[in-house]
Amino acid sequence: MENIPADNSGQIDRRMALKWIGAAAAAAAVFPHASAQDKLPRPAATPTGQRIGTDPVLNKNYVPGDLWPLTLTPKQRKAAASLTDLIMPPDNPGDKLPSQLGVQEFIDEWISSPYDETSKDRPVITEGLDWLDAEAQRRFQKDFADLAEAQKCAIADDICGKTPVKKEFKSAQNFFGRFRYLAASGYYTTPQGWKDVGYVGNVPTVNFDGPTPEALKHLGLA
Amino acid sequence: MAIITEKDLQATYDVIVVGSGAGGGQSAYTLTMNGVKVLMLEAGRNYDPVTETPMFQSRADAPLRAMSTKEKPFGFHDATVDGGWEVPGEPYTQASTDPKQRFDWWRSRMLGGRTNHWGRISLRNGPYDFKPYSRDGLGFDWPLSYDDVAPYYDKVEMLVGVYGSNEGLENTPDSPNGTLLPAPKARAGELYVKKHVAKFGIPVIPIHRAILSTRQDHVNFPARLHPNNPKAQKIIAKAMQERAACFWATDCGRGCSIKANYQSTTVHLPPAHATGNLDILCNAHAREVTVGTDGKANGVIYIDKVTGQERAVKGRAVILAASSGETARILLNSKSNRFPNGLANGSGLVGKYIMDTVGAGLGGSVPAFENLPVHNEEGAGTHVYIPWWLYKDASKLGFARGYHIEFGTGRRMPGLGTGGASPGYGKSYKEEVRQKYGAGIGFSGRGEMIPNENSFCELDPTVKDKWGIPVLRFHWKWSEHETKQAAHMEATFAMMIDAIGGKARNPQADGSKAIDTGGRIIHEVGGAIMGADAKKSVTNQWNQCWEVPNVLLNDGSAFCSNADKNPTLTIMALAWRATDHLIEEMRKGNL
Ligand SMILES: Cc1cc2nc3c(=O)[nH]c(=O)nc-3n(C[C@H](O)[C@H](O)[C@H](O)COP(=O)(O)OP(=O)(O)OC[C@H]3O[C@@H](n4cnc5c(N)ncnc54)[C@H](O)[C@@H]3O)c2cc1C
Ligand code: SF4
Repeated sequence: MENIPADNSGQIDRRMALKWIGAAAAAAAVFPHASAQDKLPRPAATPTGQRIGTDPVLNKNYVPGDLWPLTLTPKQRKAAASLTDLIMPPDNPGDKLPSQLGVQEFIDEWISSPYDETSKDRPVITEGLDWLDAEAQRRFQKDFADLAEAQKCAIADDICGKTPVKKEFKSAQNFFGRFRYLAASGYYTTPQGWKDVGYVGNVPTVNFDGPTPEALKHLGLA
Repeated sequence: MAIITEKDLQATYDVIVVGSGAGGGQSAYTLTMNGVKVLMLEAGRNYDPVTETPMFQSRADAPLRAMSTKEKPFGFHDATVDGGWEVPGEPYTQASTDPKQRFDWWRSRMLGGRTNHWGRISLRNGPYDFKPYSRDGLGFDWPLSYDDVAPYYDKVEMLVGVYGSNEGLENTPDSPNGTLLPAPKARAGELYVKKHVAKFGIPVIPIHRAILSTRQDHVNFPARLHPNNPKAQKIIAKAMQERAACFWATDCGRGCSIKANYQSTTVHLPPAHATGNLDILCNAHAREVTVGTDGKANGVIYIDKVTGQERAVKGRAVILAASSGETARILLNSKSNRFPNGLANGSGLVGKYIMDTVGAGLGGSVPAFENLPVHNEEGAGTHVYIPWWLYKDASKLGFARGYHIEFGTGRRMPGLGTGGASPGYGKSYKEEVRQKYGAGIGFSGRGEMIPNENSFCELDPTVKDKWGIPVLRFHWKWSEHETKQAAHMEATFAMMIDAIGGKARNPQADGSKAIDTGGRIIHEVGGAIMGADAKKSVTNQWNQCWEVPNVLLNDGSAFCSNADKNPTLTIMALAWRATDHLIEEMRKGNL
């Protein structure tokens, strides 16, 4: 997959979007046992709700749910929170869990929104989360969120793609990749995520100091 | 701001200015500072960057992490109101269904227009750029020279505040000492590129950008800007003091609430307002220029967008600066018995020779940038660029003219996609995200397009906007000069990415595939070109329509070539020059 150029990080990468359209179509067809296990009502097929519009108030802080209703079921949201925390565990003392920063709510906002680009992810994410709980039940007789860390990892290792993925987990792998993309986007855009990844802008300074001596040395420019 | 409502309209004005962006803002500024009474008509809503700019919002504060949507194509926080590639109720059409013949038209409908969110790259055209035909027999010479425009470049740079440096390079003009503000230091990645591409003879130098790296010289600039005009000096000195210097923290595309960068709304309009000579009517969409029995323009008909009703205002002269496409549209829609093909269109050239910039891009990942010690790299866009460096090779390249290169590196505010590409999960995953973050580079070429017969706009015979006004239909075709240039850009980018040890994404050898769709670089100019001969052009060197001398076209529509240099600084310099001439002519009683 590709890096997004520095000056373009706010925009969805077209090629990435197209790739995921393919993934979404594939996922809708597989996940055979998800709906059988999950008796909870499924979210509405076509999200509706207010769009962003061409003249929204810009200097206001929005939270997921402000513009359109969120649609993950409580069970799906729990699984999403748990998987988010598994993907991005806090490294620094005092850091919050991504789920405490509302990353799963961003994912919910995303798949519930009335845009073509985002609603493509809806079947991938909802069916994937259902699959995750179904798989946790199948292996360990518990929902994903209630598993021990090692049990969560057992499932995640099979689908995360770091080692070759078995054929029966291909759609779960698609789900995992897309979920991780959204979870990381949700997390690294928060002030804690900034610090975590090494972004220290957005703080006024009198002078632009340029690269530090250490940075110049790192690049052989000192 | 002197925002008025319809009931406060005066019976008549000295000059009506249509549009409030770079061209309209500069025109209104120059007029009002000289005591001329102006009405500005702006199709968009009133907009105040001081109170409306989302300066410090994180992307997590925006819906969908500020994703690009149809309604906000450059992301949620971008300072574009009611605009984008499509404006609801205001369509435009394509003459061809061939994607290669498309023209995409970016508009914004707000006070200040596109200047609220533009990139603020402010490069002067050089001496060659005004005489391209004389150099290679293609396109048109301008009916003026660099020396005619230089004093106005000086003034615009002082007025709006431009940082940069003087490098003494070919066709890349220096500014007089003390005119530019100091260039900010280059970023780590920018220096790295500079070092590693030097062997190709490619220069990496400070860019010029309309951003206050330091505060303006409010003691000396006013007298240089407005000699013998104490009132204007006083007003602009005060306005300069109301602007802060950049604090190197945020994304200028959102606009700047501390007025550290140039937006018409923070730089041109406040002092113009302070003169007491400016009325601004927002939500007023100009439809046509009206003409008196003497054949001169005498006013403008506009749609009051709040009520949907048609209104008329009177003025002794009219300046159109609605963005070049829209200016051509207004002229074409201004039909009368005297001007059956539209105003100032006896030559049939209104709408002809529209131009954009040649654009192609290539990104890559750069291992050398991984794990760079953390420091602030935010603020004021990219700090360096590569001016066109192959003037001496012109005959060997296989295409005419040239391009400059803009490139982005560094750790900028994380957005959608940050971390999305790394494998696995957990601690090792996060480690890799940290390693890769900011370790990318994106190159963009910005090159000269030569005006051609196949790129023009006209009124669509059937389609109308929601007020019943005929809309534009675009014809577009790149020539081989442009597509070959795009291929050259791609090869150069690949070479440079290789030289810094990076991995290019996928360079496109076929220039016709590498080149961006027409209009996509949003350097829309032309459509009413200037010239020395009234039969072969729409305006003279003072943006003054040959057939209707009290109508000026002060946006990019009168451009008869489109150098690789981004157009806005030149739009402002020419608008100032043209407006000075208009004032002179009005004083002499010639209009
Ligand atoms: C993302 C982006 C980045 C850019 N970066 C750069 C850069 O780095 N350097 C550079 O030189 N240029 C850049 N540009 C281009 C620059 O914005 C334009 O060249 C400049 O704004 C042109 O000024 P203008 O006055 O002609 O038009 P505008 O700024 O578009 O202003 C036109 C105004 O007229 C109004 N209007 C339109 N029609 C009517 C009507 N019928 N009646 C009344 N009002 C009307 C519009 O609402 C608008 O406010 C960029 C543009 C964009 C979008
Ligand atoms: S970087 Fe500087 S000029 Fe740009 S918006 Fe921030 S403070 Fe203003």
